[in-house]
Amino acid sequence: MTPDTLLYPAPKGLYCEMGDFYIDPVQPVERALITHGHADHARAGHAHVLATRETLDIMRIRYGDGFCGTSQIAPLGETITVNGMTVRFHPAGHVLGSAQIAVEADGTRIVVSGDYKRRPDRTCRGFEPVPCDVFITEATFGLPVFHHPDDRAEIARLLMSLRQFPERAHIVGAYALGKAQRVIALLRQQGYDEPIHIHGALAKLCEYYQNEGTDLGEIRPATLVGEGRQDFAGAIVIGPPSAFADRWARRFADPLAVFASGWMLIRQRAKQRGVELPLVISDHCDWAELTGTIREIAPAEVWVTHGREEALVRWCELQGIPARPLHLVGYDDEGE
Amino acid sequence: MKTFAELLDRLVLTPQRNAKIRLLADYFREAGDPSRGYALAAIAGTLTLNTVKPQLIRDLLLERMDEVLFRYSYDYVGDLAETVSLVWEPPQQRVTADIPLGEVVERLQMAGRSEVRSLVRDMLDQLDTSGRFALLKLVTGGLRIGVSARLAKQALAEMGGKDVSEIETLWHGLAPPYLPLFLWLSGEADMPVLTTPAVFHAVMLATPVGEGDLEGLDPADFAAEWKWDGIRVQLANIGGVRRLYSRSGDEISGAFPEILEAAAFTGVIDGELLVGGTARSNQATGTFADLQQRLNRKTVNRKLLEDYPAFIRGYDILFSGERDIRAEPFKERRQALGTLIDAASPQHFDLSPLVPFSTWEELDRLRSNPPDPVIEGVMLKRLDSPYVAGRAKGPWFKWKREPFNIDAVLMYAQRGHGKRSSYYSDFTFGVWTESDGQTVLVPVGKAYFGFTDAELEILDRFVRDNTVERFGPVRAVRAEPDAGFVVEVAFEGLNRSTRHKSGVAMRFPRIARLRADKLPRDADRLETLQAMIETKI
Repeated sequence: MTPDTLLYPAPKGLYCEMGDFYIDPVQPVERALITHGHADHARAGHAHVLATRETLDIMRIRYGDGFCGTSQIAPLGETITVNGMTVRFHPAGHVLGSAQIAVEADGTRIVVSGDYKRRPDRTCRGFEPVPCDVFITEATFGLPVFHHPDDRAEIARLLMSLRQFPERAHIVGAYALGKAQRVIALLRQQGYDEPIHIHGALAKLCEYYQNEGTDLGEIRPATLVGEGRQDFAGAIVIGPPSAFADRWARRFADPLAVFASGWMLIRQRAKQRGVELPLVISDHCDWAELTGTIREIAPAEVWVTHGREEALVRWCELQGIPARPLHLVGYDDEGE
Repeated sequence: MKTFAELLDRLVLTPQRNAKIRLLADYFREAGDPSRGYALAAIAGTLTLNTVKPQLIRDLLLERMDEVLFRYSYDYVGDLAETVSLVWEPPQQRVTADIPLGEVVERLQMAGRSEVRSLVRDMLDQLDTSGRFALLKLVTGGLRIGVSARLAKQALAEMGGKDVSEIETLWHGLAPPYLPLFLWLSGEADMPVLTTPAVFHAVMLATPVGEGDLEGLDPADFAAEWKWDGIRVQLANIGGVRRLYSRSGDEISGAFPEILEAAAFTGVIDGELLVGGTARSNQATGTFADLQQRLNRKTVNRKLLEDYPAFIRGYDILFSGERDIRAEPFKERRQALGTLIDAASPQHFDLSPLVPFSTWEELDRLRSNPPDPVIEGVMLKRLDSPYVAGRAKGPWFKWKREPFNIDAVLMYAQRGHGKRSSYYSDFTFGVWTESDGQTVLVPVGKAYFGFTDAELEILDRFVRDNTVERFGPVRAVRAEPDAGFVVEVAFEGLNRSTRHKSGVAMRFPRIARLRADKLPRDADRLETLQAMIETKI
């Protein structure tokens, strides 16, 4: 059997015809396998969902109890049969609950990476390389320019800025699922033990992470309460990036805009968004990790999904590895 | 290089002036010598290095990298130095180690033309990403980080707890890496003694006439003169050294060779640099737009010298011969200045005439109706005032003519920075004009101040509720004859511009008032602005 009869891109997402299921479909379908809880991968309204326990919990938190018809937990590493097809979930190291999905038939195995990273991250299980015939990799940061620095050094710059500008509220933009909790955990790891204030949109997910065993220390809502008005001078406040432009940001003393994202490596990106202190902290692989992972897994073929496909495909060609872009639509290749 | 590279990274993204000063001052305090001196030189534009062409940087990179991958990367990043700093891969066995900025500069200065290529390659291999970026900006010339020499001097003043005028006075007598300067600023040595005589002396500045400032002052104690719309300069010829400085102490001698050549007197004078003809040559004074043809140039060609001849209109004198007369009263200095200018080249020097007046009301009328379009108001100087550096209130006042006003329609808005990052506070406004038989709005300027906090709330709400289109960080707002927002824009002058679609460029535009009482159809037309240029406002 050829790999592209096993799994191929269809308008609603990556489709397995033999098992009649989609992986991370972008529209409601009968049967969906979900790699992780980010909104562009995990959508509400599927009849049946198969995902890790944490991903199902996260979807429930975000969309409510009726987020799908029926759901089934996929324990990591266990073989599950879906309409006669063999599938297995393996940790992807992206956010809490994130998984790669291996699909197998007649001795041909395809691994769908979902989003993944290789850096150690206390808030989720690390990526596990799985040997396969076809590796379907994401390419969010698939350009040789992307080299994510050590996240500890980035956090150290934030702490340095707090010392340099103690009169300013440091407003950190970080995506609500994964990045926000990782930034908090990194701050705690470096001994920052002041209360950290968060935007309401982060509350439930932070609580969930804490219940799942990630120690985030003292978290307080970034709200102004009655007479005890405070302006958060010298404090760290974390909110979703969209809140920067919002009236929400006005309550803070002379806010200093910080943004934690892999995109912050590019100065013009940071400047355009009005970010004063960019922190290059990413939940995706950088270029060296993408290419290193392909070398390590050594698949017969590489398919590239969302992101900068062309450069990664070019690199594979230079290495003599057959590769092609999948041109999937509907994924937010900027979302980080 | 690491600390310098980090400083550059922060400065590029920091919009607030005071925050920039703090970042710079902290750096100057903590970085060692000679690195900090070279950093200062790089920022202030006094560093001379063997520069390298961008092509060489690209060639160095392509020795190691696939051209297609490079192209994808460059297309994405858009800046060559940044792209190369990011994609550069040092050989595996190489351990990255920091090279102090001082060593980078000294190595580059010592390298011969033919050695530069391998030197740059070698240093790129040793530095980390930010360090590579800083190096590439240094060797390709021009940091472009939004910090002026003036701001750097302010940071030095902050670092050492000194007055910026002291630093300006010393500035031209010192050279990179500024060791005596930093010793003095860090309290380890006395103020450096200069050997170059023709140094810059910090200028005396005036405060604007505010509400009620003139009440109780006797007009007889003051002299008035026109405030000319050129640039304030200081010309020195002491000990055989001739120098021309801008009012912030930047040397601009190279751009005005004819002035330097004509300065055949000994002394230091203060005046307005203008183009056109002196009063003594009976020719018209050129406008600020004319003067701009001569500004920000390192050298000039003959055509510019002929089309835009420069001259100095004298205001004051600091040194008469080799004698410092700054402590003498204005009245006395003015006489000395007159004597000096009488004897000087009539094509290159004239005396700013005094304006006789007996009451403040009379002067107010004169100010509003000046006899020359290149006048922007009057200056008031106490007859007994000594020449003191800085902007003390009392001895000198400036009383500008009223600004110009038009009613314009809000067209685009952009979010501000820092404190204002959650407000739409940068506004582009336009006026009506005919285009292809249609009446349309054409943008004529941009303003981000002039309004109160309460007015900003109103403007921000209007933008949020009336956005019709978004272009990245910019929002287009509703602007139709019967729906939109009219603002009264005040500005100091108007120039012709080929860079703007409207053909006009405003000087110092700001939002003077919100005109919620007006409909966009009542706003001004482009022809009104064009007429203002015709009459040479």
